[in-house]
Amino acid sequence: MSEILLINLSILILFLPLAGFGVVILFGKRFSKLYLFEQGIITLAFILSVIVAVVKLSSYVNQDILFAFTWIDFGNVPMLGELKIDLGIKLDNLTVIMLFVVNLISMLVHHYSVEYMKGDAKYNRYFAYLGIFTFSMLGIVLTDNILMMYIFWELVGLSSYLLIGFWFEKDSASDAGKKAFIVNRVGDIGMFIGILILFATYQTFSFDAIYEKISMGIIPFDSGAWLTAAGILLFMGAVGKSAQFPLHVWLPDAMEGPTPVSALIHAATMVAAGVYLVARIFVMLTADAMLVIAVVGAFTSFIAASIALTQNDIKKVLAYSTVSQLGYMIMSLGVGAYAFAFFHLVTHAFFKACLFLGSGSVIHAMHHEQDIQKMGGLRRKMPLTYLSFLISTLAISGIPLTSGFLSKDGILAGTLAFGSLTGHWLIPIFGFTVAMMTAFYMFRLVILTFHGEPTDKHKFDHAHESPRLMVYPLVLLAVLSIFIWYTPNPLAPNQGWFLSSWVKTPQTVVPQDLRFEFMQSTETGTGIVHSEMYEHAMHWAHYPAMILSVILAGLGILLAFMMYQWKKISPDKFAEKVKPLYNLSLNKWYIDEIYQSTFINGTLILSNFLAWFDNTIIDGIVNGSATVTRLFSRISGWFDNYVVDGFVNFTAFFSGFIGLSFRRIQTGKVQTYIVFVIFSVLILIILL
Amino acid sequence: MIEVGLTHFLVISAALFSFGIYGVVTRKNAVMVLMGVELILNAANINFVAFARYGNFGLNGQIMALFIIILAAAEAAIALAIVLNIYKTFAHVNIDEIDNLKE
Amino acid sequence: MNVYDIIFYLFAAITLASGFLVVTVKNIVHSAFYLLFTLFGIAGIYVLLGADFIAIVQLLVYVGGILILLLFGVMLTNKITDVDIKTGTLHIVPAVIGVGIFWGAITSILTSTHWKSLPAENIEPTTAQIGTLLITDYVLVFELLGILLLIALIGAATIARRDKE
Repeated sequence: MSEILLINLSILILFLPLAGFGVVILFGKRFSKLYLFEQGIITLAFILSVIVAVVKLSSYVNQDILFAFTWIDFGNVPMLGELKIDLGIKLDNLTVIMLFVVNLISMLVHHYSVEYMKGDAKYNRYFAYLGIFTFSMLGIVLTDNILMMYIFWELVGLSSYLLIGFWFEKDSASDAGKKAFIVNRVGDIGMFIGILILFATYQTFSFDAIYEKISMGIIPFDSGAWLTAAGILLFMGAVGKSAQFPLHVWLPDAMEGPTPVSALIHAATMVAAGVYLVARIFVMLTADAMLVIAVVGAFTSFIAASIALTQNDIKKVLAYSTVSQLGYMIMSLGVGAYAFAFFHLVTHAFFKACLFLGSGSVIHAMHHEQDIQKMGGLRRKMPLTYLSFLISTLAISGIPLTSGFLSKDGILAGTLAFGSLTGHWLIPIFGFTVAMMTAFYMFRLVILTFHGEPTDKHKFDHAHESPRLMVYPLVLLAVLSIFIWYTPNPLAPNQGWFLSSWVKTPQTVVPQDLRFEFMQSTETGTGIVHSEMYEHAMHWAHYPAMILSVILAGLGILLAFMMYQWKKISPDKFAEKVKPLYNLSLNKWYIDEIYQSTFINGTLILSNFLAWFDNTIIDGIVNGSATVTRLFSRISGWFDNYVVDGFVNFTAFFSGFIGLSFRRIQTGKVQTYIVFVIFSVLILIILL
Repeated sequence: MIEVGLTHFLVISAALFSFGIYGVVTRKNAVMVLMGVELILNAANINFVAFARYGNFGLNGQIMALFIIILAAAEAAIALAIVLNIYKTFAHVNIDEIDNLKE
Repeated sequence: MNVYDIIFYLFAAITLASGFLVVTVKNIVHSAFYLLFTLFGIAGIYVLLGADFIAIVQLLVYVGGILILLLFGVMLTNKITDVDIKTGTLHIVPAVIGVGIFWGAITSILTSTHWKSLPAENIEPTTAQIGTLLITDYVLVFELLGILLLIALIGAATIARRDKE
């Protein structure tokens, strides 16, 4: 298959969901069956993306396919030189894998939602929204320049807003939508400034062109600090979208949206866009920027995992676990384990989507009950859901033979190597702690939901396995969480095709003095990202990390069984002992409250002060001037009444007189006017 | 009599133009006004074609005449539709009595 | 005075005479028929001017289309009981004076001006050339006119449509 055909196919894949959106949103009210059209379109897009991915990964695995055209040509702009904006798409391995993942999950969610959303008043509109979301997500994935990425970035934000607030009759849903939108804007401002810095320096938006210029030693304002700033500012966009601390607060609230949406957007695809962005800009990150990213990621994953320990809402637990896992990926990018970060992005997309769809299946069966303390024993009623949920849980906990083990282990090894090379040991410590907490809270979730005795007898009796259309995505995703798809050896991810041939850490382009020591190379110009020192450290860290993570995960699982299955340790008493910590976790570290009292109240106080300022000072000035004005008015009023009015009245009288005389001409008859026109023309002719 | 040349055609066109204007101004019936307009357009057309023949413009004049004929067709269709509407509203088409905008 | 001149004066006479009658007779149907003769005369003048294609179009569009349309207009806008369909007149005096002076002025200007006159030596068929010009130099105008006609068609249909009661 030729390159141009691949490009055309991917453009088709990009625009198919948009077409679905357009058709369904316009005609959805008239034809209630129109959602089937959207279903067909997304299935077609998925098939095409499989073709593209297979061809790219088999025939063009070491070659990027580029396509670009000039969108706006400003010509020669004073002071800036030649200026034009190119748009284009770039197909590299990252892109086609994401293409596959996004389309697969989008398709599964589409199919799943047919049953899940049945009977909703806005059924067709829901599918239209899913369509525009898929379109914008694919846009982010395919683009080769940061401007288009920003545009699709905002489109994704919009569609996420629409879907979170889909049940906008509920106040909580519409509030959550607004919260997500506004919090994301905070990050996007940073990203926008970062883009502007890059554009001001390089006069181009294209990733490749920018990196080429950086590798030639051209950096913004000739200062490494500015390059660091640009990297961190761009990362701010990822902080918003991937729900990293301190902007993670929107994601748990976003669970107000329909559950399949949570699976698609807030677990598998959109939140991964932030990670994808950081992966895209990875080569231009300086050591300082990477350190910031690693710390933010590590802290986020820790804070979110600690919150997830105590939540009782099934979707909230999963939401915080998503935040935590995203923190993992970000941290992994920060420590330079690029390939593992992307690997984890893919595996996480599958098992987290499976978990969310599984929770949706449970919620569906329990008639919209989301509190896990009121569930229990569902294993017998919903065996397929239970099984797939369990496999995904094993994957997220990092148990061997699952995909999650491979990627998570790689990330932990990366942090360990990073710690040994730079002395930042806190990052691996956070990483391993989180691994244990993840195993604990995930098994707590499984046990409380599926094991034990039912706590709500009435609802339990009505529970039933979900329809086939809802179960098949679960099973498929669970199957994809097994190691065999990624590597033949379940203990060594590096030997798999995914990491050995598809995804490779790109060469960094940052000047030598701005890199980590272990990234510096003896060669001049572009060097490899993994120096020998780094390879060595990775190798050294591989087995300790693997053993340690399995032990910790096992401990977490054991603890969960002790507490909730065998009831050896009472969770309540344990919580009593560490009351402050428990409350901290239960109340989500009071972050929402802190924002409430600082930013929101601060804004309110500022507004109130401004209102007071307006009311007293400005109004005082206005009133004072009003008094003066009134005085003047009185004088000028007298003047007006006698002098001006006299004149005006005379004018009016005169005009009236003239009008009366001319009125006869205005007959309202067209032909009379034409006669006048003729005579006017005659006068003109004679005058000339 | 002098040999027929450009001036002859122009004089005919001027005469037709004047008839057209006379028609537009004096007729009460809207359809008659339209006929006057057609006369005016034809007069202009004669001018175009005549200049195309005697001037140094190639066929551009004729093309312009062609376009005018097309426009006249469109104009006639629209105008008659309007006349029909006037008839529906006022039950007559005497445009001297249609001066509602005056008030 | 050759044959060409004789034919010219014949057509000119037909055109002007019927043109005059168009705007003076009282009966609308009659004046529509006089308009027919006027248009025929103008088509003849086109032929004399070497514009064969324009002449044919004149016959097809004006006589075949517009005139019929006008007759329809007459028929549709007068009560069927009126035996002879008449039109009133107004502004006779100012119109006669104005148009008379106007005509005199224009004619005097036209005759007194010395026109640069370079008639082509031989007259060739123009259809093929017009066709070529229409899809080369004037293609945009041509397309636009097509759209205009479509719009006029839709517009006319919309305006003339009976309101739904």
